[in-house]
Amino acid sequence: MRPRAVPYLLALPAWLWLGVFFVLPLCGMLSVSLMTGDLLSGFTQTFHLGTYAEAVQRYRVQLLRSLLYGGSATLVCLVIGYPVAYWIAFHAGRSRGGYLLLLLLPFFVSFVLRTVAWQFVLADDGVVLGTLKDAGLLPEGARVLNSAPAVVFGLAYAFLPFMVLPIYAVLDRMDRRLVEAARDLYAGRAAAFLRVVLPYSLPGVSAGVLMTFVPASSDYVNAAVLGGPGTTMIGNVIQTQFLVNNAYPTAAALTFTLMAVLLLGILGYALAAGTERMAGGRG
Amino acid sequence: MEPRPSAALALARGLARARIGRRGALALPALAGAAAVLGGCSIPARERPAVDPGAYWADKRSNGRLTFANWPLYMDPDRTPLARFTERTGIRVDYRETIHDTPSFFGQIQPRLAGGHSAGCDLMVLTNGRELSTLLRLGYLAPLDHGLLPAFTAHGGESYRHAPYDPGNAYCLPYASGITGIAYDPERVGREITAIADLWDPAFSGRVGMMRDAPEIANFGLLLNGVAPAESAPADWDAAADRLREQRDAGIVRGYYEQDYLRPLTSGDVWLSMAWSGDVFQQNLEEGTRLRFVIPEEGATIWTDNMVIPITAENPLDAITLMDFLYEPETAAGLTEYIAYVSPVPEARELIRERADRADGAEAARLAELAASPLVFPTEEDYARLHSYVTPPAGEDQAFTSRFLAITQE
Repeated sequence: MRPRAVPYLLALPAWLWLGVFFVLPLCGMLSVSLMTGDLLSGFTQTFHLGTYAEAVQRYRVQLLRSLLYGGSATLVCLVIGYPVAYWIAFHAGRSRGGYLLLLLLPFFVSFVLRTVAWQFVLADDGVVLGTLKDAGLLPEGARVLNSAPAVVFGLAYAFLPFMVLPIYAVLDRMDRRLVEAARDLYAGRAAAFLRVVLPYSLPGVSAGVLMTFVPASSDYVNAAVLGGPGTTMIGNVIQTQFLVNNAYPTAAALTFTLMAVLLLGILGYALAAGTERMAGGRG
Repeated sequence: MEPRPSAALALARGLARARIGRRGALALPALAGAAAVLGGCSIPARERPAVDPGAYWADKRSNGRLTFANWPLYMDPDRTPLARFTERTGIRVDYRETIHDTPSFFGQIQPRLAGGHSAGCDLMVLTNGRELSTLLRLGYLAPLDHGLLPAFTAHGGESYRHAPYDPGNAYCLPYASGITGIAYDPERVGREITAIADLWDPAFSGRVGMMRDAPEIANFGLLLNGVAPAESAPADWDAAADRLREQRDAGIVRGYYEQDYLRPLTSGDVWLSMAWSGDVFQQNLEEGTRLRFVIPEEGATIWTDNMVIPITAENPLDAITLMDFLYEPETAAGLTEYIAYVSPVPEARELIRERADRADGAEAARLAELAASPLVFPTEEDYARLHSYVTPPAGEDQAFTSRFLAITQE
């Protein structure tokens, strides 16, 4: 056997897996998105592109809302996640592994279950709001559940580790002498952070933003469990169109639209952020 | 637990680089080829011609076994009725709790039935609605021979013989029914709730729970407008949708719920909500809550879970024998004691009362309450106020559903 073929053969299982379970269904979905018909008379291939225009026109609010919620959740994750990653990398010392485990611990419980648990925590007379109301810090009618902030909060909670881990990974392997050098050159603590640590960590931030924004924008569990009237995300629409309304072409068209929008967004972001930086290169 | 930094970065790198190399150049035509192959495909419906019951049942023999697909918690854990059935007839039942929601189950069985294959069960329980109607229209269900249903003929309740989706029980026999009405917490609401219009009262702004299911909220919008759902036309659907939109835009609705409406109702987030009768009964019994359930003045709807036999069933004769067995009053009473939903066998009530007299302690109280409950055994007056669901004509399903999805999914 020629050694050149070996890597390809080794990669074969992965290619097969991707082909059978990703590429093929994707092609099937693409095909369905161009069909017309209904469940009773069957769906036939007519290459009807109009479904895309109709679906996007009808659900543009939910599409934009998904990007808005996903973006807001990513921002919240960044604001909360960066200090966490920084602290674990620079100040947690030997117990870093322990803190990372704590960060990941909630992931040992089912995603849906964790989201449902927030319903109990955030109930109007629940542990948090009830206590604050009793203490007179919140008006009697205040509520959080079934609102846009609740959905964004749920998304941020669910995807926080995806932001923390890449930033932590970059900061952890940073040469501490770089900071010492900055201090030697009369940089204050703030200047050392802003001019040395922060630029160094940007590749991690870029990766974290991507890994948070993409799943957060396409999520549907949080909107279904923590949302209310007027917080439907595009994921919920797709699910309903597939399962409840049996409008397979509409659902498939929305799926592809969402994929295209996210891919274009990522591409634009990557161009703006610079691929070399994202790749973690330093020159 | 140590994370792999390079994995995240490699992913980002891969995503960020749009280069088409030699392999990419090969993959693109392959992709296009696959798409072209699939482009030729379609998803056929494959309607089956209607079958005459006589012709269908003529060559059917008992095989001494059957598979029964049902919803969770819809029979006692010991499967007492099935054990008695096997004792009597020698037919073994493979009981499976495989149905968790109608659309997903429909998604599983529809392609198999379209291909003429077994649905994986000989008897299944489906709620009236779009999926059941579709199966009926496509001819995927076995017609029932009433000569094989002596117990149903003798004991089946009169109200269960005229379903608009299946007049004369040609294909479906009810397993249990439930009422969609209003449940409320009397302490929080502070007054008696009697009407659907109360769900539109601005005094309860942000405290009203509505259902997410399109037919369910459509029914309430229609009843509020004084229209019987089963006789409604598209213009009525529009008017109902307008009322529901007003209610949402006025900020009265707290959320659109599925089966999870009980949690906000018991925690106090929601004060009054659309609700299913059996849920409220069980909730009060098990959790000691004091929720009240009312059939509103404007009327409410009754839904029915139906036993049906897929036309490709391998053991249809065993399945229809079990269907009939469940209509014997003794069996029906036992079933109702556990599930607390409306029984299609009115005689079950008297039997439960007798058992309550014979039992003692908590069990006696529970059975007595069950037999007395209008939620489990509605009175004739109650039945008069209970409506059937909207059954959109063929081809108008999506138009109907979309109108109401636009309200719950805005």
